[in-house]
Amino acid sequence: MKKKFILEGLGCANCAAKMEVAINKIKGVEKATVNFMTQRLIIEGVDELMAEIIEEAEKIVKKIEPDTKMKKA
Amino acid sequence: MKKSLVRIISGAVLLVVAVIINMIYQGWPSLVLYLISYTLVGGDIILKAIRNIIRGKVFDENFLMAIATIGAIIISEYTEGIAVMLLYQIGELFQGYAVDKSRRSIADLMDIRPDYANVKKQDELIKVDPDEVKIGDIIVIKAGERIPLDARVIEGRSLLDTSALTGESLPREVEVGDEILSGCININGLLTAEVIKEYEESTVSKILDLVENASSRKSKSEQFITRFARYYTPVVVILALMLGLIPPLFIKGEAFREWSYRALSFLVVSCPCALVISIPLTFFSGIGGASKKGILIKGSNYFEALANTEIIAFDKTGTLTKGVFDVQEIVPEGISKDELLELAAYAESFSNHPISESIKKAYGKEINQAEISNVEEIAGHGIEVEIRGKKVIAGNARLMKLKNIAYHDKELVGTVVHVALEGKYVGYILIADEIKKDTKEAIKEIRALDIKKTVMLTGDNEAVGKKVGKYLGLNQVFTELLPGDKLNKLEELLTEKSHKGRLAYVGDGINDAPVLARADVGIAMGGLGSDAAIEAADVIIMTDEPSKIPLAIRISKKIIGIANQNIIFAISVKILILILSALGITNLWVAIFGDVGVTILAILNSFRTMRFGK
Repeated sequence: MKKKFILEGLGCANCAAKMEVAINKIKGVEKATVNFMTQRLIIEGVDELMAEIIEEAEKIVKKIEPDTKMKKA
Repeated sequence: MKKSLVRIISGAVLLVVAVIINMIYQGWPSLVLYLISYTLVGGDIILKAIRNIIRGKVFDENFLMAIATIGAIIISEYTEGIAVMLLYQIGELFQGYAVDKSRRSIADLMDIRPDYANVKKQDELIKVDPDEVKIGDIIVIKAGERIPLDARVIEGRSLLDTSALTGESLPREVEVGDEILSGCININGLLTAEVIKEYEESTVSKILDLVENASSRKSKSEQFITRFARYYTPVVVILALMLGLIPPLFIKGEAFREWSYRALSFLVVSCPCALVISIPLTFFSGIGGASKKGILIKGSNYFEALANTEIIAFDKTGTLTKGVFDVQEIVPEGISKDELLELAAYAESFSNHPISESIKKAYGKEINQAEISNVEEIAGHGIEVEIRGKKVIAGNARLMKLKNIAYHDKELVGTVVHVALEGKYVGYILIADEIKKDTKEAIKEIRALDIKKTVMLTGDNEAVGKKVGKYLGLNQVFTELLPGDKLNKLEELLTEKSHKGRLAYVGDGINDAPVLARADVGIAMGGLGSDAAIEAADVIIMTDEPSKIPLAIRISKKIIGIANQNIIFAISVKILILILSALGITNLWVAIFGDVGVTILAILNSFRTMRFGK
């Protein structure tokens, strides 16, 4: 399953890279990309784990850049 | 942004005042001013740093800057400490501005999303969201409105502005029966059209989707720089710690203050953002700049592939040529051109073969079929008829040989229809698929771009293929290929390139989707409206012009060049400053240049990708 999100307020390119690395390590994620310029997060992952994946990803985003909001695209 | 600017400026003014007072009287008044100034300039950074430490985030740039500047203040380097914070903030503001500007320019470019559709229901027009319109609905597009969904005109004629999709400024004429693509603007007439695709499947949605997801396929330089940043910061911070502690502890006579100062310089240079930001910015601006020229690139990795292209293979029909058969030459012998064309058109009037159609089209007048009798088709050869009682033979060279008629047998590119009247040769008509206007120039330009090999893969016959290949100056031509053979030839070509080199395949995307997908870079020409092309290709040329291919390669080379310049420049300046700081030759002023200055220069450099010459 492929899910897309908008990362509103994403302002630091290095943070975007850190988020990408961390989200890719979540269990069940096949591929995650964070696009700093378009402020998009795309997660491809196992269907059954998607709810947990999204929850984890939200935590990661908040931890790395507290001012960034993760919204459904 | 404005608020922080006011804060930073007032902080800067206070700093100047403090420096002046300090010159007159050293003591508490200037010290107080320094502290107020620092709080104004760097208060938010300190707060963020504290918040992030609580969340367990170390080596965060706020933290690094806080330590570096507080450290400077502790060793009584007030001016430098505050100035570092000040310049860092200015750099951040500039960065934010640059990213914002770039994001907005792409958003403008992609401002092709239609807001509504006028759906016609029982003589009434209802404005609805394009999402709600179904296939078969009738929509009305007034002058000045954007076409909301892909549709077919059923009433009216108009000019369309396609520039948002193709970069082509010349308006396109449409009339009843023509397909109109969503995203174009209706310039003057009133159009009524039947919707042929739902919004999700319409051209405008596909293009928006494509651009929004573009740079998610990352280039090697992007991957390199983010990986570099992951190790760079911790390494520099550890070095700073060692530099600040080891020499004064283990070497006699070395002062803590001096080595701490050097260590602080390290912390200032350790921020990775300057490096990291300029690369995605470069590629993103490049994707925007290229789409302004009607070239859609699906990911920044394809810039790399295009820049390293060694072999380009082309499809012929519809890619290098127009894909439409037209009468190219009428060469009569003993009669006039019009007479020859009339004879051929009458002779071919009963056939609906593409060749016959093109002759009839060139003739353009009504054919009185009552004047034709005794039609006899000779399969694979041509036609024998009587026109107004006179015997006419029209067909290929074999037919002329069969009928023992001496004909003009010079070698010609295309299909030749020879005509004989009452057993006597009266000339020939040459029908060919016309080569596009800019194809020859495009191939010449491609060859000048260090491309090792240009190849044509075509299903057409050998004579035509070889001629076209020779005329265009291609290195190699493979003819009479079935769709499956094209894929095999491509596999062979893939083995011919060097390890670093890439192979590009250019097709019209209608029947060569597998080949487009197999090539290192699949380029679809005139891909608008063809879903298969948009899906299978990596690069989509929105117009029909082959000259966009050398342009795409040149753009890619420029972008890769700029990205490399930024990487090399930023890393070498940082390393140089680290070495000089370790030796105690420089000061914090230079170190902050190593951070902010490099960022600003790299960002300015990346902006060059937004504009490309013709």
